[in-house]
Amino acid sequence: MLLIACPNCGPRAQAEFTFERPLASIVTPTETLPDLIHKLFTRENPRGPSWELWRHTYGCAGWLKVHRDTHSHQISAALPVDMETPS
Amino acid sequence: MSGPIRLADGGLIDRSRAVSFVFDGQTYQGYGGDSLASALLANGVVLFGRSFKYHRPRGVMAAGIEEPSALVQAGSGGRYEPNSRATDVFIYDGLQSQSQNRWPSLGFDLGGLNSLISPFIPAGFYYKTFFGGPKLWLLYEHLIRQMAGLGMPPTKADADIYEHRAAFCDVLVVGSGPAGLAAALSASAAGSRVILAEQDERLGGSLLTDPATIDGQASDLWIAKARETLMAAGGRILTRTTAAGYYDHDLVNLVERLTEPGQTPGADGLAQRLWRVRAGKVILATGAFERPRLFEGNDLPGVMLSGAVRTYLRRYGVRAGSRAVITTDNDDAYRTALALAEAGASIAAILDSRPADGVHSALVQKAMAQLPVHFGAKLIAAKGSAKGLKGASALIEGKVTALDCDLIAVSGGFSPVVHLHMQAGGTLAWDEISGSFSPDQTRQNQTTVGAAAGADGLSATLLSGWSKASAKAKAKAAPTCASDDDVALNIIADWEPAPQASLKKAFVDYQNDVTAADLDLAWREGYRSVEHLKRYTTLGMATDQGKTSNLVGLARLAKSEGRPVPSVGLTTFRPPYTPVTLGVLAAEATGAHLDPRRRPVLYQTHAAEQPIWQPVGYWHRPRAYPMGNENLHQAAHRESLTVRTKVGVTDVSTLGKFDLSGPDAATFLELICATTVGKLAVGRGRYTIMLREDGMVMDDGTVWRTEENRFLLTSSTGGADRMAAHLSYVRKVIAPHLKVAVANVQEHWAAVAVAGPLAKDVVAAVLPKMAVPRHMSLDVGDLAGVPTLTLAASYSGERAFEIYAPSDQIAPVWAAIAKAAREIGGCLYGLEALEILRIEKGHIVVGGEIDGRASPHDLGLSKMLRPAGGYIGATALQRPAFAEPGRLQMVGFEAVDGSAIPEGSMVLTAPKTLPVGHVTAAGLNVIKGGSIALGFLRDGFSRTGESLIAWSPTRNQTAEVKVTAPVFYDVAGVQYRD
Repeated sequence: MLLIACPNCGPRAQAEFTFERPLASIVTPTETLPDLIHKLFTRENPRGPSWELWRHTYGCAGWLKVHRDTHSHQISAALPVDMETPS
Repeated sequence: MSGPIRLADGGLIDRSRAVSFVFDGQTYQGYGGDSLASALLANGVVLFGRSFKYHRPRGVMAAGIEEPSALVQAGSGGRYEPNSRATDVFIYDGLQSQSQNRWPSLGFDLGGLNSLISPFIPAGFYYKTFFGGPKLWLLYEHLIRQMAGLGMPPTKADADIYEHRAAFCDVLVVGSGPAGLAAALSASAAGSRVILAEQDERLGGSLLTDPATIDGQASDLWIAKARETLMAAGGRILTRTTAAGYYDHDLVNLVERLTEPGQTPGADGLAQRLWRVRAGKVILATGAFERPRLFEGNDLPGVMLSGAVRTYLRRYGVRAGSRAVITTDNDDAYRTALALAEAGASIAAILDSRPADGVHSALVQKAMAQLPVHFGAKLIAAKGSAKGLKGASALIEGKVTALDCDLIAVSGGFSPVVHLHMQAGGTLAWDEISGSFSPDQTRQNQTTVGAAAGADGLSATLLSGWSKASAKAKAKAAPTCASDDDVALNIIADWEPAPQASLKKAFVDYQNDVTAADLDLAWREGYRSVEHLKRYTTLGMATDQGKTSNLVGLARLAKSEGRPVPSVGLTTFRPPYTPVTLGVLAAEATGAHLDPRRRPVLYQTHAAEQPIWQPVGYWHRPRAYPMGNENLHQAAHRESLTVRTKVGVTDVSTLGKFDLSGPDAATFLELICATTVGKLAVGRGRYTIMLREDGMVMDDGTVWRTEENRFLLTSSTGGADRMAAHLSYVRKVIAPHLKVAVANVQEHWAAVAVAGPLAKDVVAAVLPKMAVPRHMSLDVGDLAGVPTLTLAASYSGERAFEIYAPSDQIAPVWAAIAKAAREIGGCLYGLEALEILRIEKGHIVVGGEIDGRASPHDLGLSKMLRPAGGYIGATALQRPAFAEPGRLQMVGFEAVDGSAIPEGSMVLTAPKTLPVGHVTAAGLNVIKGGSIALGFLRDGFSRTGESLIAWSPTRNQTAEVKVTAPVFYDVAGVQYRD
């Protein structure tokens, strides 16, 4: 079980969180149809570091951006959702 | 006298405490500290069970958890555990144990005939039977079920209590042998918080078998002192506790046994405890398993691992035989030979497969001086039966030689226990000479020490534990041992059986009855991948997960392949390390504690009416309020009829409710809702639907403008949590720029719905000062001092109102409304009547028609969509597939002859054709009678009037139906208006 450092609550067990989606698959209300289809149905499935959207559902209920390696499960960052994602 | 005996003294058992236990109906005596295996051996028992497939007689091979053969079932009734290793059960007074997989008895087992037909049960037997066609397989399956298997499952519910506990530490040490203790002491000395887990009931590991002098004192004193030191520093020591799984980010599950299998727990009733330990660093000091060797009959009772023979001797005071043959490829077995000789046994031969011209250690030289040692020698076959060994044949100096013995001690080298290291994502390095894998790279914060890391000899083991546990540790301060105790293994792995041995009885996997011949056959049949070989032959797939067999099997495959062992590959190490009872995994989450039960605030009020309850998600809501002898169907029909003709009252407190306020509340709702919201006047409401971003309908509800910049949004009970998450997602992630506050007020407000032609009269009676609101309007009021909000909205199709009040004040509101309704002939109604009424009106529901596959178009709701778009799901609705022919569209079905339309039917054009649709909800026409249903039909909108068949294969029911519009009552829509 992963240990995720919630920006509000500190390190907590994965069971308190919900994985939402890869950050790159967030659909905005102004998305074009081809982009929407790509984001919903033909997503990348990266092996390696990936930015993801998680929610601390059973904690502060806040949303966070998590930089997780999908292979090693290393988490290098967990930021509040409104913080700029480092490039 | 031959066979095992208890020695007059010695061992770590408590001879002052006699323990009485039962095995296969016979009562035996053992001592405190005995394992079931040691106690049975002490009583001269050599036959412990029958093998999985061939029913071969099996004894005990090992002394620890790796035991593949001596499986027993312990306890009875609600305290019962099958497939317990006799080596891993410590006896207690009253222990009831039985051998497994034998019939009618262990000594006389008819299944033993399988041995005779074993040539016909080759590798991959199960798979091969599939080629004979399904009928043949059914026959085989029946036979296999009769003959094969391990213990019987329990027949009673588990009587015990289990618990989970979370713990944190700087350093978790797994294993309390010399390396583990040295590591724990080192970490503790460096100021770390330490948890030490030991699966045995005693600390010490290999020191319990081979006592030594450490730091100038006897090892038992050193162990006791180590315990004191660790405890004094605030460490936690858990014995009888197995590290079962190593998960991500250094989470290790420890299973602590507070009772032995079948044992009644103490006063607190706890049988086992699962520790979920999040550790800063994990030290694995898990030791090494001794490997068996390939020779004919290597599974017979009396054939044991060499280290196990020594453990029984030293720890339990049990000498496993009186005349022993030792077969080895390393020095460790010489300690066994010398110990046996010292205990009065004779040594028939030490068969050492290593060459004679090697350098002999002091230990080997000592043995050569007094015992018959043969180098370059191999065992060919063990001879014996269920009663024990009768001798052996060996290849000595190129000649087949018969040996007289009642015990064979086997050492095929040692394999480091790398299970947890591998579960943690580590890699392995291969050592060709010792024939072993040891940990190489790690991915988590873990280090392996001692024999598990390939350390050879006690001195290296202690140093490895001490120095790897802490960066601050100085090698000079490491515990040291006397030089006599520092015995190196000097393994020269030799996997090759003697050419004279029949491999059909040379077992690799004892628990699943896989022989070397089976592996060779599988390879000839083309199974080259180790993963395929494993599944085809079932090698390593038994409850012991191949602890003793995997490497022997791999080496065999490597030989067939002509490749080195590491290039053949390894199968995956998965948790749990040893079998874990389901009870400890579930802990308190069983029965009524499995799920939370959410009770609506009016639960007790309903309970007084003795309704039939229905779970809706975690909620428990009244399904119907039967009167007299009514059944559910009769009660629901009466209730719906009362709503249609008079008035009904129901509790709708569990609906999702959200309070949205702020200057951008309308803009925010126009993202959420696919209908027009912004133009809503203050004090008015609308029915609305919410879409997912892929265009499918997610939920429906109503939206009310309570103030210029404030709205109340309701949604379904079942979808309320999802809607709360969705609103949060849109507010925080999609549209954080909007100035809106969203509050989930689901449980802040409770609500009573009043529906029926007389509903208006009930509202007027209980809220006399408030003008009855018009349809889709709201007003506030005061009911006996309770502030209320009345929404005029209809779900049933009748004139209806939802009267909201703060949850903690709803009881008088409910009471007043129920009383007023009953006074004019009304009644309470539950979910079943609600369902009947909404089906009649064709109102969609989450989980029914809103099933995640239906777009608003499919549900006939296109006209409701906001033409300007801009709501979530609007773009996706442009997907061409939504407009293509052949979509499932929502329709109504009416039974032609009045017979019931089966729930969950598929809809066909003719019998035995492919379905063209399905029924989502079946009900009845309340006033007119007759069976009706809602459902989906391909291109259903244009098929009104068509005759079809509703068929439920599971209920074996059929009804002829006619396609209709999905509304059966008040099609013109006048009943619910003012």
